[in-house]
Amino acid sequence: GAMGASSSVLPRDVLGEYQELTFLTKQEILLAYKRFSELLPKEERENACSARVPKSQILTLPELRASPFQHRICRVFSTSDNGDDSMSFEDFLDMLSVFSNSATSDIKSHYAFRIFDFDDDGTLDKKDLEKLVNCLTGQGEESRLNAAEMEQLIRNILEEADIDKDGTINLSEFQHIVSRSPDFTSSFKIVL
Amino acid sequence: QDKEEESKEEESCNQQNTASRRKNYQRENSNGKKAGEEGSRQRGKKTPTKDQKESENKEKETNKKGKEEENKQKSDRKDSTSASSNSSDEESLSDEELAMLMEQVEQKKKLISTMRNKPWRMVKKLSVLREAQAFVEKFEGALGKGKGKKLYAYKMMMAKKWVKFKRDFDNFKTQCIPWEMKIKEVESHFGSSVASYFIFLRWMYGVNLVLCGLIFGLVIIPEVLMGMPYGSMPRKTVPRAEQATAMDFSVLWDFEGYIKYSALFYGYYNNQRTIGWLKYRLPMAYFMVGISVFGYSLMVVIRSMARNANESTTDGDDDNFVFSWKMFTSWDYLIGNPETADNKFASITTSFKESIVDEQESNKDENIHLRRFLRVLANVLIICCLCGSGYLIYFVVKRSQTFSKMQNVGWYERNEVEIVMSLLGMFCPPLFETIAALENYHPRIGLKWQLGRIFALFLGNLYTFLLALMDDVNEKLAEEDVVKNITHWTLLGHHNLSMGNGSTVTPPPLDPADVPRGPCWETTVGIEFVRLTVSDILVTYITILVGDFIRACFVRFVNYCWCWDLEAGFPSYAEFDISGNVLGLVFNQGMIWMGSFYAPGLVGINVLRLLTSMYFQCWAVMTSNVPHERVFKASKSNNFYMGLLLLILFLSLLPVAYTIMSLPPSFDCGPFSGKKRMYDVIQETIELDFPLFVAKIFSYVANPGLIIPAILLMVLAIYYLNAVAAAYQRTNTELKKKMQMQREEDKNKRNNKASTNPMLQDMEDLLTPSTKKESHPKQAEDKKMESPNRISPVGKQGKAAVLDGSPMMGGRGAAFTPPPHVFVTQPPTLGVRAPYLGQPRPWGHPPRPVPGMGRGQPRY
Repeated sequence: GAMGASSSVLPRDVLGEYQELTFLTKQEILLAYKRFSELLPKEERENACSARVPKSQILTLPELRASPFQHRICRVFSTSDNGDDSMSFEDFLDMLSVFSNSATSDIKSHYAFRIFDFDDDGTLDKKDLEKLVNCLTGQGEESRLNAAEMEQLIRNILEEADIDKDGTINLSEFQHIVSRSPDFTSSFKIVL
Repeated sequence: QDKEEESKEEESCNQQNTASRRKNYQRENSNGKKAGEEGSRQRGKKTPTKDQKESENKEKETNKKGKEEENKQKSDRKDSTSASSNSSDEESLSDEELAMLMEQVEQKKKLISTMRNKPWRMVKKLSVLREAQAFVEKFEGALGKGKGKKLYAYKMMMAKKWVKFKRDFDNFKTQCIPWEMKIKEVESHFGSSVASYFIFLRWMYGVNLVLCGLIFGLVIIPEVLMGMPYGSMPRKTVPRAEQATAMDFSVLWDFEGYIKYSALFYGYYNNQRTIGWLKYRLPMAYFMVGISVFGYSLMVVIRSMARNANESTTDGDDDNFVFSWKMFTSWDYLIGNPETADNKFASITTSFKESIVDEQESNKDENIHLRRFLRVLANVLIICCLCGSGYLIYFVVKRSQTFSKMQNVGWYERNEVEIVMSLLGMFCPPLFETIAALENYHPRIGLKWQLGRIFALFLGNLYTFLLALMDDVNEKLAEEDVVKNITHWTLLGHHNLSMGNGSTVTPPPLDPADVPRGPCWETTVGIEFVRLTVSDILVTYITILVGDFIRACFVRFVNYCWCWDLEAGFPSYAEFDISGNVLGLVFNQGMIWMGSFYAPGLVGINVLRLLTSMYFQCWAVMTSNVPHERVFKASKSNNFYMGLLLLILFLSLLPVAYTIMSLPPSFDCGPFSGKKRMYDVIQETIELDFPLFVAKIFSYVANPGLIIPAILLMVLAIYYLNAVAAAYQRTNTELKKKMQMQREEDKNKRNNKASTNPMLQDMEDLLTPSTKKESHPKQAEDKKMESPNRISPVGKQGKAAVLDGSPMMGGRGAAFTPPPHVFVTQPPTLGVRAPYLGQPRPWGHPPRPVPGMGRGQPRY
C-alpha cells in the first residue's frame, strides 16, 4: 500500500545473501523488511538498511511484548555500540532467523543460552537461574515462588544439569539438556 | 602453509567480530596470552558491586577497541599477503596444487552452505560470505585442465543454477501453503496446541484436495463429458413414480430425486467398457481410483508419521531432566497475547510448585488410594456411558428398519439414526470431560485419555451403524433377485408385444423411466454416508455457533445486568475443545474413505467442508473462545493424531474391501453391473486389452500357490525386522543405563573429590577455565593457534588429576572408596619394606604380618 511505496526496496544481491545466511525464505525476508521499516519513523524509511530501530519500538512486536525475555532478546541480538539495545535490520534478521521454523536445534539452543545468561558471563549461575525463574513465573507477587521453593528448585536443576559440578551450567551442559527436550525447537519460535 | 594462513585469516576475523563487549570470556580469548592471568585475576576478585564491574567493563572496552583496530590492520595485511600468494598460485598449476586448490574451494563452498548454522553476527557472516564467494569465484575457473576445465566450469554453472532453482522452488512452495497468517494468529493467541489442530486441518485439506482431484479428474468429469447423457438409459433416469417430486427441495435435501441419479453416486455409471472417442475405460478407472484413494491415503499418513518420528529423534520420556526442561523449554515464544501469556505464567508457576512438592514428598499414601479409587470410578462411569450409547444406537437402528418398511413416515422417523448419532457425538464428549475431571491427570495425558474414550464412542457408533447397513444391504440383495426376473420379463414382454403386432417397423423402445429396476444397494450405501457427513457438518457448525458464539455473546452482554459474574463464574467463555475437534475431523475422514467408493461426489463435499470449517473455526476461535487455563504445548501429539487417522483408515478399509470382494454388484446399476464380482473388471481388462503373455503372468501371480508363500515371506520379514528393532531397543536402553551409571559415577567422584581433598579442588578450579573454553569450540581452536604452550599444561594437569582420581576411587559407590590419605601414606611403607623383604634374613624367626599394614600390599 502507501507504506510500501514510501519505503525503499531491498537490492537483489543483498536479498540473495540474506537468503544464504539466514534460515528465512525470500518472502519472509521481504516481510521482515516491511515490518522493520514500519517500525521506523517516516523520514528514515528511505534507508531502512542502515537505520536503527530503538528498543521501545522493537518491543511493540506482539511476541516480544508478551515474552518475559524481551529485554534479553533485544540485548543479545543488538549490535548497538552504546548499549541502548537498538536494532539494525541485520540484527532483526539475525533474530528472526534464529527463531524461524527451520533453524537448527543447535543454533536455537546457543541463543537460548545467551538469552538466559542474564549477566553475560558465559555461564548460568545461581543468580541467572533465579532471574530466569522470576521471569517465568510472571510479574504478580502472589505467583512468585518463595525463597525456600526457589532454593529447592535451583538445587534440583543444578543437580540434574550441572554435570561437571562447578555450580554453574555452561553452554555444552545446556545444549545437552535442551537437545533432549521434545518440544524445545517447536516452541523456541517467533514467526512474523 | 596456505591452509595455515587461511585459518589465521579466519581467526583474525573471529577476533574482530566475536569481541562483543559483554562477553567476558570471549574477551579473555581474544586477548590471547594475557587471558590466563586476567581470567584468574577476575575469578579471584569477584567484584562486589555492580558499579565497579561496569566501570571495569568500560575500561576494558576502550582497551579492546584499540586492539580491534590493531587486528584490523593485521588482517588487512594478511589479506594482501594471501592475495599475492594466491596470484602466484595461479601461474603455476601443478597437480598437487590443483588438488589443494580444489580442496580449498570445496571447503569454502561448504563454509558458504553452512554459514547460517554459525552463531555469528550478520556483519561477520556477510564479510566471511563475500570473501568466500570471491575466493570461489576467482579459483573455480582455474580448476580442471583442457577439456576438463570447460566441463568443470559447466558443471559448476549447472550446480549454481540448480541451487538457485531449488531455492526458488522452496520459496514457491512455502508461498503455496495457505492460511499461514491465520494459523499464526491463532498460535499467538492460544499457544501451539490449538494451532496444532488447525495445522492438522490444513494437512487434511491438502490430502482431500488430492483425493478430490483423483476422483473428479479420472471418474466424474470423464463420465460427465463422454458418458451417455442423462435420460438415455434406466439407471440414468429418475423413475416415473418419483418424477413429480424429484426437484423438490425436501427430496433433494435427502439426496433423492435428481441428485440420486447423478454422477455423484455409484448407480449412475454405465458398465460400457469404453466411453467416448478416447476409448476411456471407465469401469476400470473407477475401480483403480477406488483402490488408489486408499493407497494414496495410506502412503501419505504413514510417510508423515515417519517424518514426525524422525524429527523427534530423542524420546521425550527420558525423565532425567524434569526440572531443567521446565525451566529452559517451557516458555512458548509464539505467544503474542498478554492474556495467554498470563495463563502461561500461571501454569508454569503451578508446574514448578507441583514438581517441588512431588520432589519433597514423592508419594502421599492417602492421596494415592483416593486417586486410584476415583480413577477406577471414572473408568466405570465411562464404560457405562459407552455401553449405553451403543445400545441406544442399536435400538434406534432396529426401529429405523421397521420404519423403512412403513409408508409415509415423518421427517424425524426417517432421520432418527443420524439425529441420535449426532446428539451422542455432541453430548458424550463433554460428559466424558466432566468425568475425567475426577481423575486429575496432567492435561497432556488427560487429553490422550479423552481422545481414546471419544474414539471408542465414535467407533462403537460407527460400527453399529455399519452392521445395520449390512443388514439393509443383504435385504436389498434378496429383493434384487426378484426384481431381476421382473425386469427381464417386462423387457421380454415388451419385445414380444411389439413383435406380436406383426408390424415391420421397429417398436418404440420402452421409456427408460418405466423400466422396473433393482434397489441398487451401492447407491443406498453411498447416500447413507453422504447424509451422515452432511448432518455431521451441520451439527458441528451449529454446536460452534450455539455453544461458543451465542454463549460468548450472552456472557459478554448479559453480564452487565446479571446477579453474578458470568465471565468468571458459571457459564464463562468456552475453551477450544482440541480433542473433540481432532476426533471429529478424523472420523469425518473415516466416513469419507468408506463412502467415497459408492459416492464419488462425497470427497467434493468434504473439501468444501474443510475449506469452510477452516475459516469458520478460525473466526469462532478468535471471537468467542478464551485461551486454555493450563496452556500446554502440542509437542508430539501430532503423531498421536496421525496414529488415530491410520487406525481409522484401516477400519474404514475393512468394510469397503469386504463389500468389493464378497458381495455381487447390482445387476442394473453401476460400472460393474453384469459381473459376478466387482474385481472381475481387472481380469476382463487384462484378458481383452493386454497381450496374451501378460494375462498368463497375471494368472500365475494370482495363483494361491504363489500368493501364500509371498504372504508367508512377508510375515517372516516382519518378524525379522521386529526382532532387529527389539534388539536395537535393548542396546539403546543398555547404553542409556550405562550413561546414567557413568553420570552417577562422575557425580560421586566429584562429590568425593570436593569433600575429601582440598588440593584436588584447587586443581579443579584451575581446570574450569579450560573446560569453559572447550565449550566454545571455535574459540578454543583460536586459542590453540595462538598459544599452544599456554593451554596444554593446564590440560595436562587436568588430565593428571582425572587419572589420579580414577584408581583412587576404584569402586563405583562412595562407600568403597578409601580416604585419600591411605594412598598418600602407602608408598613410603612400600619403599621401606621392599628392600627389607628382598634381603636375606639374618635372623631366623619368620616375619609376622603386621596387622593393619598388610592390606593392599604387593606380595613378592
